[in-house]
Amino acid sequence: MDPIEFRLPHTIHRPAASAKHGPVTRTTQPIVTGTSVVAFKYKDGIMMAADCLASYGSLARFRNEKRLMAVGETTLLGVSGDMSDFQHLQHTLEGLLTQEYDMDDGQKLGTKSVYKCISNIMYNRRSKTDPLWNSYVIGGIDNGQKFLGFVDLYGTTYQSTTISTGFGGHLAQPILRRRVEGREDEITEEEAVQILEECMRVLFYRDARSLNKLRRAKVTAQGVEVSEPYALETNWDFAESIVGYGS
Amino acid sequence: MLSSITQAPVEAHSHNRWEPYVDNGGTSLAIAGADFVIIAADTRQSDGYSINTRYDPKAFELSNKTVIATTGYAADAKRLVEVMEQKAQSYFHKHERVMSTPAMAQLLSNTLYYKRFFPYYVFPILAGLDSQGKGAVFTYDPVGNMERTVYVACGSASALVQPFLDNQVGFANQRAADPNRLLDRETARKIAIDAFTGATERDIYTGDWLEIFTIDQTGVHREKRELKRD
Repeated sequence: MDPIEFRLPHTIHRPAASAKHGPVTRTTQPIVTGTSVVAFKYKDGIMMAADCLASYGSLARFRNEKRLMAVGETTLLGVSGDMSDFQHLQHTLEGLLTQEYDMDDGQKLGTKSVYKCISNIMYNRRSKTDPLWNSYVIGGIDNGQKFLGFVDLYGTTYQSTTISTGFGGHLAQPILRRRVEGREDEITEEEAVQILEECMRVLFYRDARSLNKLRRAKVTAQGVEVSEPYALETNWDFAESIVGYGS
Repeated sequence: MLSSITQAPVEAHSHNRWEPYVDNGGTSLAIAGADFVIIAADTRQSDGYSINTRYDPKAFELSNKTVIATTGYAADAKRLVEVMEQKAQSYFHKHERVMSTPAMAQLLSNTLYYKRFFPYYVFPILAGLDSQGKGAVFTYDPVGNMERTVYVACGSASALVQPFLDNQVGFANQRAADPNRLLDRETARKIAIDAFTGATERDIYTGDWLEIFTIDQTGVHREKRELKRD
C-alpha cells in the first residue's frame, strides 16, 4: 500500500533539505486573504477601517476575521494579504510585547518602534526571498505626534497622511486625497467617520473580494479603540438600469 | 483504493518565481563647482501607476560634509543609507574625525560590491568637497562601479535630465564654450531647479517636492521646494 501523499499546492518542497529541520517551505502565493485597509490622519489622531472577510480565492471563506489590532497602548495595526502570514507576525508581536512587559521599566513601546520592527521583519523576509505576503498599515500617536506608515512584502516603507492597501489604493486613495490631504488637523471625528464610510462603501460596491461587514478603529491620545463589526447602508437601485455587460 | 491517491508535487517554475525587487522611481542629480557642490532629489515614491507618498526623502546627510542621494528600489535604498550611516558613525568614533568625501565614496563602492550577487537595486550619487576643497560628485551602478564626475543625473528621468546637463553644465558640442568651465553657485542651483521642473513635466515618477543640498566650506545647506503634484 502506497502512503497517502498530500502537499499544499502553494508550498515548494526541497527534498535536499535535512530531515531534522523539515523541508524548506515558503509562501509563493497568498491563500486565505484579506482585502483593502483604509486609513488616514484626522484632528484627534488616526482612523482606520477594514472589512471582516478572509477569502479563499473567490470563495468568501471566513466572514468574521479581525484585520485591525492594537499593538501595545498607542498603536493600531491593519493588515491585508495572507491571513496565516499575519497570524505568524501576530505571534511574533505578542512575544515582543511580553518582553516589553517583563522589562517593567516604565518604558512604553512607541508606534515608530513597532513600525521599525515590522519593517525590519518584512525586509529581512524579502531578502531571504521568503516574504510574509502582506501589506501592513501602522497608525498611532508617538510623542504627541500623529504617525501613519505602510510596509509591504517587498519591505517598501512610506509614511503619508492617507494610506490604503490593495484595491483601496485605486478606489479609496483618490477620495482620501481629495477630502483629507492638507486638512488632517481640522477634520472632526464625525467627518472622519463619514469619509471612511464613503471609502468603504465604494470598495464594497466595486471590490468583488469585499464584505459589507466591517470594523472601524481609531487611535487618539486616549488610546486605541476598535469597533464591533457593523454594516453600511447600500443602495442598489442603479442596478435596474444596467442591461447586458455594462455601459 | 483510497491509499493510492497521491498528488504530484508542484514544481517551482522559473516563470512563477517571486521577484524580490520593485522600482519606486525618483530622480536625483548633482553638479560640482570650484568650491561647492549641489545635490538634489525629488521626494515622490511610486509603485507602478500609483503614488505611494508625496514625501519620502531620497537624499541624506551622511556627515556634515557628504550627502548621498538614491533612486531605484526604496527598501534597498533605505537599508543602504542605514548601513552607510552606521559605518560613518563608527569611523567617527574610532578615529575622532569625520570621514572625508573621497573615503566615503570608496566605502560606498565597497558596500555595494559586497552585495555583488544579491545587489542593492539602487543608483546612488554621492557629493561633497575633496581634499583641495573642490566640489566632488561620485556616481555608481548597483554593484559598486564608481566614477568621479563634474555633474550627473540618476533615476527614472535620467534620460531626460542627463542630456540637459550635458548641454547646460558640460557645454557639450558647443565650439565657442570652454567645456571645462565650472558654474557659479547660483547658476548651478537654477539649472538644478529647471532640470527638475522639466523632469516633473514629462516623467510620471518624478514630482511633489524637491530637496536641494548645497555643500561648501561652511557645511551642508538644505532647501525644500514644491514641484508639480500631478
